[in-house]
Amino acid sequence: MADTIAMEVARYQPGEDGAPTMARYDVPLRKDWVVLDGLNYIKDEIDGTVTFRWSCRMGICGSCGMTVNGEPKLTCATFLTDYAPGPVRVEPLANFPVIRDLVVDIDDFLDKLSEVKPWIVRDEAPLSAGEYLQTPEQLEEYRQYSMCINCMLCYSACPVYGLDPEFVGPAAIALAQRYNLDSRDEGAAERLDVLIHPEGLWACTFVGDCTRVCPKHVDPAGAIQRYKLTAALDTLKHYVLPRGGR
Amino acid sequence: MTTSHDIIVVGGGGAGLRAAIAAAETIPGIDVAVVSKVYPMRSHTVSAEGGAAGAIAEDDSLDEHAYDTISGGDWLCDQDAVEIFVKDAPKELLRLEHWGCPWSRQPDGRIAVRPFGGMKKQRTWFAADKTGFHLLHTLFQTSLKYDGVHRYDEWYVSKLLVDDGRVQGVVAVELTTGRIETITAKAVILTTGGCGRVFPFTTNAAIKTGDGMALAYRAGAPLKDMEFIQYHPTGLPFTGILITEAARAEGGYLLNKDGYRYLQDYNLGTPTPTPVLRSMELGPRDRLSQAFEHEVAKGRTIDTPYGPVVHLDLRHLGAKLIDTKLPFVRELCLKYQNIDPVTELVPVRPVVHYTMGGVHTDIDGATPVDGLFAAGEVACVSINGANRLGSNSLPELLVFGTRAGRAAAWHVFRHGKEPTQAVLSQAADERRRLQKDVLEHDGGDERISAIRTSMQTTMEESAGIYRSGDSLAKAADTLGELQERLPRAALDDRSLAFNTELIAALELSAMLDVAESIVASALRREESRGAHQRTDFPARDDNRFLAHSLAVREADGSCRVDYLPVTITRWAPGERVYGR
Ligand SMILES: Cc1cc2nc3c(=O)[nH]c(=O)nc-3n(C[C@H](O)[C@H](O)[C@H](O)COP(=O)(O)OP(=O)(O)OC[C@H]3O[C@@H](n4cnc5c(N)ncnc54)[C@H](O)[C@@H]3O)c2cc1C
Ligand code: SF4
Ligand code: FES
Repeated sequence: MADTIAMEVARYQPGEDGAPTMARYDVPLRKDWVVLDGLNYIKDEIDGTVTFRWSCRMGICGSCGMTVNGEPKLTCATFLTDYAPGPVRVEPLANFPVIRDLVVDIDDFLDKLSEVKPWIVRDEAPLSAGEYLQTPEQLEEYRQYSMCINCMLCYSACPVYGLDPEFVGPAAIALAQRYNLDSRDEGAAERLDVLIHPEGLWACTFVGDCTRVCPKHVDPAGAIQRYKLTAALDTLKHYVLPRGGR
Repeated sequence: MTTSHDIIVVGGGGAGLRAAIAAAETIPGIDVAVVSKVYPMRSHTVSAEGGAAGAIAEDDSLDEHAYDTISGGDWLCDQDAVEIFVKDAPKELLRLEHWGCPWSRQPDGRIAVRPFGGMKKQRTWFAADKTGFHLLHTLFQTSLKYDGVHRYDEWYVSKLLVDDGRVQGVVAVELTTGRIETITAKAVILTTGGCGRVFPFTTNAAIKTGDGMALAYRAGAPLKDMEFIQYHPTGLPFTGILITEAARAEGGYLLNKDGYRYLQDYNLGTPTPTPVLRSMELGPRDRLSQAFEHEVAKGRTIDTPYGPVVHLDLRHLGAKLIDTKLPFVRELCLKYQNIDPVTELVPVRPVVHYTMGGVHTDIDGATPVDGLFAAGEVACVSINGANRLGSNSLPELLVFGTRAGRAAAWHVFRHGKEPTQAVLSQAADERRRLQKDVLEHDGGDERISAIRTSMQTTMEESAGIYRSGDSLAKAADTLGELQERLPRAALDDRSLAFNTELIAALELSAMLDVAESIVASALRREESRGAHQRTDFPARDDNRFLAHSLAVREADGSCRVDYLPVTITRWAPGERVYGR
């Protein structure tokens, strides 16, 4: 194994630079080093201006998503050795405005997340009534969708979001489903009102790239499919039962 | 620019979000700002795995939870605070349940609890192996429904504004634009988490740089019990990823460079092929960490680019057992360290895990500075004493986050005052300092990473698992030199947009202040208690030190250490029952 590997890192400062450029750095190639370790090495030892986000280095905080050799990846879970002999190309996540270098603006997602009401909708029982009972099977119904770390890899991979930034997008829809399928929740109808518009559920053309790139096996594509089915039935019910019935 | 809110919560982790919601629920219409240097759901609470303690099982009681906490903390806990804590913990965990936290369940749908180190009854609530993640996302998503909670995501607080004896706001940098803003408020709640990054090997995420401790300390609030730093005996050396005790409980061996189960040399029992409770690899956490230090001294550890390690050997357990009993351990090793425990030895070493000390508060999170509150790992109430029990900190941040949020809301309602003129000129000074002395500062020959590495090595060597008067005095000198070197560090990065190097410089300055308070407090405590082990004073000394240390910053920047008696209500100091 060679003892170094070349990293090509996208450098860009909107307002100052006309277009992104690629800078090349050589970093140590170690068995246990991930792409993020290479970036930290560059920042500490070579060039303090290289800019990226990270925190946990254990795949749970969701900060370190970038495009590595064309694929959206968590850079703390992507080994440099997988790209030997190199070079490894690191770019910001696609489909988001770039703030600087490898840092993208994800505020759009946070706005969309709020819109789908990702909280338990019901009149809260007093604490003295104890827990809302939920069997392990009921928990299993929504568990997968509750594993989302908001890393944005799915938005970066989604061709629909790339063309239509109004699309609510995979993670937000999966999280809406997470609450819809929670036995303690009563907010499905309210959420459907938000998601039934053309930029909601129906914009998805089921390419499935979101599920493929998701590091937490959330399966947003599956969530959307299932949701569409409910939505279709619900619309149907509107015809059959003009009032109520939801 | 100046904006204002009723309350500023600095930090968006578990403690911060819980405090913000509590404030919003206490006084309708109150205006709360959550200012956090990362998006709230990225906060370090996200990485807690094990669980959250709250006595609900039929054979359990609040008194037993209290006793385990107090004895585990080597009698340095304030017992009035512990009594409130154990009483409120189950209620807070239940509230989280109502908000949607996917707690693991019993077959009949009730909450499941499991055993945890140091807790003698099963009382740890858990959400599979991702408790902190679920707790944080539940709080974050729930917080979105409160109109009174406003977020400043990716804003770094660099200073607390204090005048007229009361806190009146903060100065903060918006990362995206580099804009420096004054935000005034009638109360400020610090929830910035711990300071594990002061040390080189730690389970703590990159953001845990003790900022809030430094902010409070500089604003005149004392730091309590800072000398108590908890190590976990088995972390991966480079990443600091924690390898749970379960790996040893299932039968893993700890081996030195000769492949020898070295724990047998340290009064920890005799090796047996299968694990025996409280013996060898299942000995108390701190004894395991101490044995590692002795092995280093004997030259029997393995050298790596990241310093000395020993090996955790799971290979004899076989793929089947590892995959059924320890799937998460295998996943962490494979995904983040490129090691397969089924076929390879896992390098491990003791790593810094938790800061027992922090900003001195009362049971409502109030600090001695009027209007300034603190909760979570940044604070020291103290329920953790000299040694925190695993699974007590998640409930702690809920219980005391709530209390601090409520107390701050009432404070605003009853005593809220407008900011003084003096405080606005303080803010202008801070803006100038950030601009001229940090960002545009020229001619330096120092690198931030070099000073940071020096600080971390010094702390590990001199104020780590074992300390002595000599090592600590030396550390104090080195830290003093580093403080002098810091102003000579010039940034490579002069731009305003997302200047992470600027933040790194401010974090380093905070860590140096916090490190000095740790060393000063450790030097003064001439005894060994809990996580604080002095080779020159190996015994506990209740006559002199059944007391909290309070580190106070003097006008010249030096650290004075005072003492405050421990509150004892019902449990007289006894021998420490080791938390396992
Ligand atoms: C690997 C690991 C496992 C753990 N497992 C458990 C467990 O099983 N059970 C248990 O009870 N405990 C556990 N703990 C401990 C527990 O997770 C932490 O003590 C707790 O989560 C701390 O929460 P907090 O809200 O106080 O701080 P954090 O979650 O660390 O949040 C701090 C917040 O402050 C913000 N902040 C900091 N500085 C600034 C600044 N200058 N300006 C603006 N914002 C700032 C950050 O952005 C962040 O939002 C574990 C810890 C680790 C490291
Ligand atoms: S659904 Fe998966 S890829 Fe998308 S944000 Fe969540 S964890 Fe990331
Ligand atoms: S650094 Fe947290 S997910 Fe990668």
